[in-house]
Amino acid sequence: MSPGRERAPSGELMRGDELTRLRAHEMAALLRRGEVSSRDLLDAALERIGATDRALHAWVSLDDQRARDAADAADRRIVAARGEGAAALTALPPLIGLPVALKDLVVTRGRPSTAGSRILEGFIGPYDAHIAERLDAAGAVVPGKTNMDEFAMGSSTEHSAWGPTANPWDLARVPGGSSGGSAAAVAAFHVPLGIGTDTGGSIRQPAALCGVAGLKPTYGRVSRYGIIAFASSLDQIGPIGRDTRDTATLLQAIAGRDERDSTSAPIAVEDWATELAVTDDAAARWLHGLRLGLPRQYFVKGMEPGVETRVREAVAALEAAGATIVEVDLPHTDYGLATYYIVAPAEASANLARYDGIRYGYSERGDDVLGNYLATRGRGFGAEVKRRVMLGTYALSAGYYDAFYLKAQKVRTLIKGDFDAAFAEVDALVAPTSPTVAFPIGARLDDPVAMYLSDACTLPVNIAGLPGLSVPCGLSEGLPVGLQFIGRAWDEGTLFRLGRAYEAITSDAQWRVLEPADLAALDDPATPTPAERMAATGAH
Amino acid sequence: MASLSRADVAHVAHLARLGLGEDELTRMQGQLNHILDQYAVLAELDTAHIAPTAQTIELENILREDVVTTSLTVDEALAGAPERVGDHFVVPGIIAEHE
Repeated sequence: MSPGRERAPSGELMRGDELTRLRAHEMAALLRRGEVSSRDLLDAALERIGATDRALHAWVSLDDQRARDAADAADRRIVAARGEGAAALTALPPLIGLPVALKDLVVTRGRPSTAGSRILEGFIGPYDAHIAERLDAAGAVVPGKTNMDEFAMGSSTEHSAWGPTANPWDLARVPGGSSGGSAAAVAAFHVPLGIGTDTGGSIRQPAALCGVAGLKPTYGRVSRYGIIAFASSLDQIGPIGRDTRDTATLLQAIAGRDERDSTSAPIAVEDWATELAVTDDAAARWLHGLRLGLPRQYFVKGMEPGVETRVREAVAALEAAGATIVEVDLPHTDYGLATYYIVAPAEASANLARYDGIRYGYSERGDDVLGNYLATRGRGFGAEVKRRVMLGTYALSAGYYDAFYLKAQKVRTLIKGDFDAAFAEVDALVAPTSPTVAFPIGARLDDPVAMYLSDACTLPVNIAGLPGLSVPCGLSEGLPVGLQFIGRAWDEGTLFRLGRAYEAITSDAQWRVLEPADLAALDDPATPTPAERMAATGAH
Repeated sequence: MASLSRADVAHVAHLARLGLGEDELTRMQGQLNHILDQYAVLAELDTAHIAPTAQTIELENILREDVVTTSLTVDEALAGAPERVGDHFVVPGIIAEHE
């Protein structure tokens, strides 16, 4: 069914730019056969980043030396295992030797983490985040940190203090956000895997807009110890990769209970990746007897016709392959946006109170303590962060708490109830990820409400704490469209099987062989940088 | 819902400890009111008998033994301080000196 995926490339014959085009599980196979080293993979990644990131700006900091040390250590483990035989090779962690990008809000010891904010300029992590420890233990190699909307507040990566990131499919457009740097780095073949966080769509929407796969796990699936917080009842960490199987491999490595985050749940982490490593025919059979709900309310006002067409084609393909499609109602969907934009800013205003210019990060002096706070926070935070801190502070202020925050928490119960009722009838939901394809840099920067609509189909999933997977389902006007699967709490397994099955039944689709259209322009020195493009639009 | 006056915006900025310039206050007032307009839809819903959801996964209380473990050293904790004296962060005087 998929000859292209079944090939067994020989790493010794591959050039660097061919190596970087491999998926994580293809790289893993070459590493175990000794045909390529982790150091080869890293050097190819760093070379490609060096040649193309001026025009893409997916990365905000690189740590070549630490990455080379990690790659060499991984190579020593692999060589030792090869000497011991097949059992030792099988026992190696799945991620060993593979490059993984970290979003710039993952704190790592001795390294900068800015969360895309000037207020954390110069901040050096005093410890490693839980997921950084887990990735180190798994032998993964982290080349550096990727760009993001400041404190993960945004849907375009334009709200980064360090300038925007471009979309490899069209460099004049945004990659989505807030995890736009990780999604663009995976789409542009810098690295096969990236870490993102998703508070209202920040993994799934950039994955959709960049034509890669991304999963927002169930709330509580991954420990957030060492992750710079945005909205604590919504934030969750998750994987970005070029296919479903690779995202499953990355989730497995980082998921599970950690006593340093009391919201991380003691739920068993399954070996999803092994389950997904089957033939396309076997994967397609998972669709037989599966009941999928198509939420009427997710084909929202303002959805582009091209996006709706691609999503409905994908749903038809799933049905033709044996799934049962049932239309379902999620009647409170229209209240999701308002609910989210009360809950998230309220929690953010509390979380961001810690940036006081006294203990770490950017610091400005005023006449007194209050003057220090006003100057530090007034100059250290960007426009979108200030807007949300203002909204949240207002929503929590005396006399408004019941009307805003409490009301939103009650509506949250109704939105969660919609999903509970739907999951009594169906195994999972299938929907668009984003109502639009990638939009031009600068287009929504001066209109926050238009920007917020980007997340209309993703944020109800965070409100209800559920898992959601976005996989590419074709192009509209030459730009990627994402298909979203939404599951019951802790049922990432069904989402992974759905994503893998959808990839299997569309493996010979023509759009699957297309690479991002602007890849060639990335290493052209005449290509403008994303920051130059944004300046040219005149947006704030 | 009530719309925010410029004075309201300045008051909230003070509560949030954000020093905003005049231009920022003006832009913020328009944008915040536009966003607050979107909140009005929630008033359509009767939630009198609906319990609020603060967190979505039903975890019981998470407890652990209260034992001393290693933590950051003083030097590590102070490594990012803009200003340090000995083992302390430096802040401006809280109580003003009167003449």
